Amino acid sequence: MEYGLTEEQKTVKSLARKIAEERILPVRAELDEREEFPWAIMQDLASADLFRVFVPEEYEGLGYGCLELCLVVEELSRICSGVAVSYAASALGSFILIDYGSEEQKRKYLPDIASGKKLTAFALSEPTAGSDAAAIKTTAEKVEGGYLLNGTKQFITNGGEAEIYTVIALTDKTRGARGASAFIVEKGTPGFSFGKKERKMGIRASATRELVFRNCLVPEENLIGKPGMGFLMTMRLLDRSRPGIGAQAVGIAQGALEAAVDYAQQRIQFGHPLISQPVVQDMLAQMAIQVEAARALVYAAARTVDSGIRNFTESSAMAKVFASDTAMKVTTDAVQICGGAGYMKDYPVEKMMRDAKITQIYEGANEVLRNAIAVELRKRKARTE
Amino acid sequence: MKVVVCLKQVPATTEVKVDPQTNTIIREGVKSIINPLDTYALEEGVRLKERCGGKVTALSMGPPQAEEMLREAISLGADEAVLLCDKAFAGADTWATAYTLAAAIGKLGEYDLVICGRQTLDGDTGQVGPQLAEILGVAFIAYVSKIEEIAEDRLRVRRMIEEGYEVIEAALPAVITVVKEINTPRLPSLRGLARAKGAAIPVWTAGELGLDPKLVGLSGSFTRVIRVFSPQRTSRGEIFQGELEDQVEGLINKLKEAGAI
Repeated sequence: MEYGLTEEQKTVKSLARKIAEERILPVRAELDEREEFPWAIMQDLASADLFRVFVPEEYEGLGYGCLELCLVVEELSRICSGVAVSYAASALGSFILIDYGSEEQKRKYLPDIASGKKLTAFALSEPTAGSDAAAIKTTAEKVEGGYLLNGTKQFITNGGEAEIYTVIALTDKTRGARGASAFIVEKGTPGFSFGKKERKMGIRASATRELVFRNCLVPEENLIGKPGMGFLMTMRLLDRSRPGIGAQAVGIAQGALEAAVDYAQQRIQFGHPLISQPVVQDMLAQMAIQVEAARALVYAAARTVDSGIRNFTESSAMAKVFASDTAMKVTTDAVQICGGAGYMKDYPVEKMMRDAKITQIYEGANEVLRNAIAVELRKRKARTE
Repeated sequence: MKVVVCLKQVPATTEVKVDPQTNTIIREGVKSIINPLDTYALEEGVRLKERCGGKVTALSMGPPQAEEMLREAISLGADEAVLLCDKAFAGADTWATAYTLAAAIGKLGEYDLVICGRQTLDGDTGQVGPQLAEILGVAFIAYVSKIEEIAEDRLRVRRMIEEGYEVIEAALPAVITVVKEINTPRLPSLRGLARAKGAAIPVWTAGELGLDPKLVGLSGSFTRVIRVFSPQRTSRGEIFQGELEDQVEGLINKLKEAGAI
């Protein structure tokens, strides 16, 4: 399918593919098995300038947009989405700083993020606040010289591995979501420690960990934007990052489709390759259509984000939901086509199926996002009445 | 630190096919790549620059399409590249190649270190590096697996020998050839690819190098390739057919015939 990518975008995509095939493919099964954070690959991505993709040019980045980031995430996910999400989480942990940070904050942190010297993480979820993000309990009490953070963040991607954390905490408990603010917290700040590392079904190369704040003093200058803006910033951040989850899902589905076609071609049953069976052909064709449709929607949503329009909640939610449901369906079918072999760890599709599931859950559960889309539909209807 | 890295574009295969009619290497349908061992030379040059500052110049003698390879070298970290290209250079043996490269290095100006791959995938001689040092009149160390120390006027390296390794010091400037144990070459970077796309790659001819056409290419070569050929298979196996008894009998007869039993 022709997507009208520019030469630069094609270069980004092909370089990400090259790294994925040459550096990630040989180690992906081992990383998955051992739940090992892919530091060597992060260094490869850094030296290939891939962390510069999402950082503005003024801070040693390449100043690319959402689409280019999606192209990288898609290509990495085609081989291993555990690696891809570790990369993408660093973009997620940087966007609030990029969009709302002061000149000093950006100059201090962004060059090291662009060079890949430091990874970042975004910390919102808590034991009692998942889909209901406004229910967070972590507090940031204004004290002499800064803010005192107390609370626990849960399921934080890149937790423990990242150097820079964007943390959402309540500066005014009485105002709920409107009392939330965003802070930069550096690893090593006294009072900031890490809880247990989670053991996961999929994306096992990525690190998911608790962040624990106990009277952690964060200097005044680490507040991003104005107090009380944290929740709004977060909602906008997630609208912007969701096409990336869509891209992750497209990559996983693409990898599974390719694996299924390969297997169906080689596997001989009843004297013929599996792919000559009409029922298998039908499954593969359906998978291919779904993957391409998801890709088209993800690219379109990414372009919508890059177009500069104000509200892209609906577009990015649609892309994330459709692509993640596609990834789950396509990877499940890929395991089915590969049969007993597909169920075994010697073949990559069982990992892809495990990896796909999270895309329906994180950065807005699909049910929550369908609800958000419905809200937009109702609003639009109300405006035309 | 001014580093010159010599590169050669070679066919991307270890199984070189020879046209039995013309006795020349079949290049059609075979992608060209940077000679794999030269990528380690380039990587080491780029690492030296990153460590000590300075500049890396990629140098190649070859046909016009070798420019593509030099662009790749820039995307992998070389600061600049020069292609030595002239019909007069065609058919050069290792000496004429080294002679031409040496003239180009002279034209580039001052340098501290020349790095080459141990040998090429196609020619396989491993001679250009040492000949280059000979012509330049500088120290030469082959099979370098690690640069242990480098200062303004000398370097200390570890080099592979058959039963271990040697640590050698040499004065700079020098020429070294490297083995693949020395590093892991990086992949291109986005900034490197952008730089490579826009880079001007000068092409120097024999005239621009001030070389006598008689001393380069085929006419400047001491050796000449008379024939390139795939070796003939001289011994043939024989497979006995039929029932097991017949096969055994056939084998025994054959062995008796050969005087083996």
